Amino acid sequence: MEHSALPINVTVNGKAQAAEVEPRLLLVHFLRENLGLTGTHVGCDTSQCGACTVHVNGLAVKSCTMLAVQADGAEITTIEGMADGPVLHPVQTAFQEQHGLQCGYCTPGMVMTAAHLLETNPDPDDDAIKHALEGNLCRCTGYVNIVKAIRWAAEQMRGQHASS
Amino acid sequence: MHPASFGYQAPGSLQEAFALLQEHGEDAKVLAGGHSLLPAMKLRLTQPEVLVDLRRIPGLDGIRVDNDTLVIGALTTHTEVGTSEDVRRLLPGLADTASVIGDLQVRNRGTMGGSVAHADPAADLPVTLTALDASFVLASAAGERIVTADDFFVDFFTTAVEPDEILTAIRIPLPSTPARTSYAKLPHPASGYVVVSAAAALTVDEAGACTGARVVLGGVAGTPHRATGAEAALTGQALTPEVMAAAAEQAADGIDPHADSYADEDYKRHMTVVYTRRAIEAAAARG
Repeated sequence: MEHSALPINVTVNGKAQAAEVEPRLLLVHFLRENLGLTGTHVGCDTSQCGACTVHVNGLAVKSCTMLAVQADGAEITTIEGMADGPVLHPVQTAFQEQHGLQCGYCTPGMVMTAAHLLETNPDPDDDAIKHALEGNLCRCTGYVNIVKAIRWAAEQMRGQHASS
Repeated sequence: MHPASFGYQAPGSLQEAFALLQEHGEDAKVLAGGHSLLPAMKLRLTQPEVLVDLRRIPGLDGIRVDNDTLVIGALTTHTEVGTSEDVRRLLPGLADTASVIGDLQVRNRGTMGGSVAHADPAADLPVTLTALDASFVLASAAGERIVTADDFFVDFFTTAVEPDEILTAIRIPLPSTPARTSYAKLPHPASGYVVVSAAAALTVDEAGACTGARVVLGGVAGTPHRATGAEAALTGQALTPEVMAAAAEQAADGIDPHADSYADEDYKRHMTVVYTRRAIEAAAARG
């Protein structure tokens, strides 16, 4: 049985979006297919891999495990919203500088989770970084440089904060 | 992977939600954070006709101390429970439990009410909430009733919640002599779900003797399992390493754990003793 579309209003990367969506539409598909924001990836589709991680009201969540209708009224940030114009977010720069990616498929989710971690804990040790990344899988197994990149980003961000 | 098609309602009050549940009966499912229900729907393990989302109903989230009871709203997320100052101070075993559920993203959306209402036998919270002697507030158009943990968890994925009822809050007693609480978990290395786990809540008098013990196991039965032999072996005793180890040895008595592809029965039995000892020692160390 088909169910009628429902109106939702969300803010995605600072821009208001109004849409009518089927209740079963997942947030990740809304972002990718309705808005064309394909930087958010679908890896496992079963809440395991974290490639679909976005920020909803400032919290890292798996957008394959949330309905678009549940996001009505929410502020959403995707990987496309992390850079400030041409200036990358420090976590993005860190992944580049510290070779925190190989194939790159998991990277958007890794960046979103790492950015959330550094907002709540500006100086995480390696154990805290690894605990925070438990929900992000890298099939290239490039975890060593991912942890290194996040540590590096934390240093940069603390430095910026101290100098501002 | 999409769930099967369904209707969606997000009522603004409990009264409206009750009316929807009465209208749709067993065709409706209550949606909280969706971190148990949506994965099950995507796999077609369940196909509700209508989801009744609680997110717009005021008063269902948050943590408060109400005299001698800690009250946690059903929509409170695992992150909120795990990082709450009150929970950390009063019931560190519960904060520890909330902090090892799933992963960071899951804890940011998953809720305490949703997790316990799903009643997965490999979940964390049912184990600790049973050790803490929690009770569950079930509301319906007819009023409220309060169900203890022992009666709430009925079987695999089955609770005392009736189709017309909504779990609105979890209440945890805060006795005048606070219990020392802990949680120890052997997670499946891939899924993070419980292979076996143990929660302990111990009261200890000034002389160091254990005056009360609740020791509860996860992963060994369809519902949280009270390790009554271990509890009896602790009660009245000074909590020496020997007493705690001997109590843990009792934990595997009377359990009949299901073997699976990761852990056979003997391994689960052995790990039950190991993790029970860790839980008891961790609780005892919390002075």
